[in-house]
Amino acid sequence: MGEAVRLLEVVATGPLASVQDLGRPGRGDLGVGRSGAADRGALRLANRLLANPETAAALEVTLGGLAVRAHGDLLVALSGAPCPATVTDASGRARGIGHHAVERLPDGATLRLGVPGSGLRTYLAVRGGLEVPEVLGSRATDIMAGLGPELPRPGTLLPVGPPPDRFPGVDLAPVAEPGEDAPVLGVLPGPRDDWFGADALRVLCSAPYEVTADSNRVGMRLRGPVLERVRGEELPPEGMVPGALQVPPSGQPTLFLADHPVTGGYPVIAVVCSRDVDRAAQVRPGQRIRFRLGAR
Amino acid sequence: MSPRFRRCGDRAVLVELGGAAEVLALYDTLSADPPPGVTDILPAARTLLVRFEPPAHRGTVEAAVLNARPSRGRSAGTGEVTVPVVYDGADLADVAALTGLSEREVVTAHTGTPWTVAFSGFAPGFAYLIGGHPRLRVPRRSESRVRVPAGAVALAAGFSAVYPRESPGGWRLIGRTELTVWDVHADPPALLRPGMRVRFAEARDG
Repeated sequence: MGEAVRLLEVVATGPLASVQDLGRPGRGDLGVGRSGAADRGALRLANRLLANPETAAALEVTLGGLAVRAHGDLLVALSGAPCPATVTDASGRARGIGHHAVERLPDGATLRLGVPGSGLRTYLAVRGGLEVPEVLGSRATDIMAGLGPELPRPGTLLPVGPPPDRFPGVDLAPVAEPGEDAPVLGVLPGPRDDWFGADALRVLCSAPYEVTADSNRVGMRLRGPVLERVRGEELPPEGMVPGALQVPPSGQPTLFLADHPVTGGYPVIAVVCSRDVDRAAQVRPGQRIRFRLGAR
Repeated sequence: MSPRFRRCGDRAVLVELGGAAEVLALYDTLSADPPPGVTDILPAARTLLVRFEPPAHRGTVEAAVLNARPSRGRSAGTGEVTVPVVYDGADLADVAALTGLSEREVVTAHTGTPWTVAFSGFAPGFAYLIGGHPRLRVPRRSESRVRVPAGAVALAAGFSAVYPRESPGGWRLIGRTELTVWDVHADPPALLRPGMRVRFAEARDG
C-alpha cells in the first residue's frame, strides 16, 4: 500500500454518523463524560478483526444510509447492526460484502450501507483507524457536551492512520444478530431504589417498556409501567453511569447511554448490567425491552 | 459520618457522605492515589461516584474508601483563583428582589465570601461553587434561557457558577467575566476544579 495518503471520503451519512472510539474516561470530575461508541463491544470487535488496537476510532452509523469512498487501498470491517453493504469499484462493478468480515475497499471504490434489518448502530472500522484530531485524549464525538470532531457531512475527508504491524488473524467472526423481539436486560437495584415504593422494582421487571422516538446517544426515553416514588424531596446532583435508569417525576424511566450527563438530579432506581448496555444501544425506537433483576 | 455504599450497577459504587467537605476530602485522597482499575472519581453534592473496570471490583473499591485517610496538604484541586466580574447581569435586579438586598449588596455579598468548587456537571468545565453568603440562595429561573453566553456568572439553589461556554441555562445571571474557565487545548482544560477556592472580585467594564 506504500505511504500514499489514505482517506475515507464521506459521500452520505444516513440519519446520523459520528466518529467514535472508546471515549475519554477519567475526566468526570471536570464535567467531561466518557462518551465513545454506544455499543462498545461492537466497536472493539470491528477493530480486532482488522488487527487495530481496540481503541482505534471508527464510524458509528445510526440506521444505515452511509456511503464512503476510499482514497487509497483500504481494509474495512463492519460490526453491530447488520445491514446490506455494497462495494462499487472505480470501474462500476458492484458486489455485496459480509458483516463481521475483513473486506477490501480498493482505491476509488464506494461502500454503501442499506438500512439494517435489525439493530440500530453499525460500526465501520478501517485498518489503521480514523485519525481525526484528538480532543482531550479521544476522537469520540460527545453529542451532549459538544466535544470531539464535528459530525461528518458529505464531502468530509477522514484521514486513515498507518496500518498496524500485526495482520488480521481471521476473515470472519460469528456473532449473533441483535434481532430479538424484546431483549431482556439484566438490572441491578440502586443506587436510589429506596426512593421508590417497595413494589417498584417488581413493576420495573413486570412488563415491557417501549423505546420512544425521544432516544439518542444520550439516552433512551422509555414508556411503560409507572414507577412510583415515595420520597418527594429534591435529590442533590450525583454522578451517573451508562445503563442508569433515571426516573423523573413522570415515573417513566430514561436509560442512559454513552453521552449521558455526568451528574443527574433524578433518582436512579436500577442500573443495566454493563454487558447489557451494548445490547440496549442496539434497540430501535418503537421496539420493546424487558428488565430482569440480576446479572445474566 | 462513616461512608455508606450504594450499589450503582456492576462498574461503580456510589459513596454517600456527610456533606461537601467530606466528599472533597475523600476525592482528594482517592485521586492522589487511585486504586488499580479505578477510572473515574466523581464528586457531587453529598456523594462520590467511583467507577472501575476489572480487575477492580466492588470489594476493592469499598476497602480503598474505608482505608482512605484524609491527605495532609490537599493534593488534587488545590489553589485559589480570583475571578474578575462585571456585575451587569440580566437577572441582577431579580436576584436583589428575591433576596431583599439592593443590587449593590448582592455584589458585596457575592464578592465578600470565598467560594469552593464542590463538583462539576451540566457541561464540561461547569463548576458548582459552594460556600457563598447564605442570603444569595435563589431558585432557578422558571424558564431556561436558550442561550447563555460564555463567561456569564450566575446563581441558583445556593450555588454560583461561571458558564464555561455558550449554552442553554436556567440560572440567574448576575454578571460576566473575561476569564477563560474552559479550554480544551489546556491541560487541565477546566480552570475551576473540585476543591479549589474561588474569589469573585468586581471589575470595571472595558
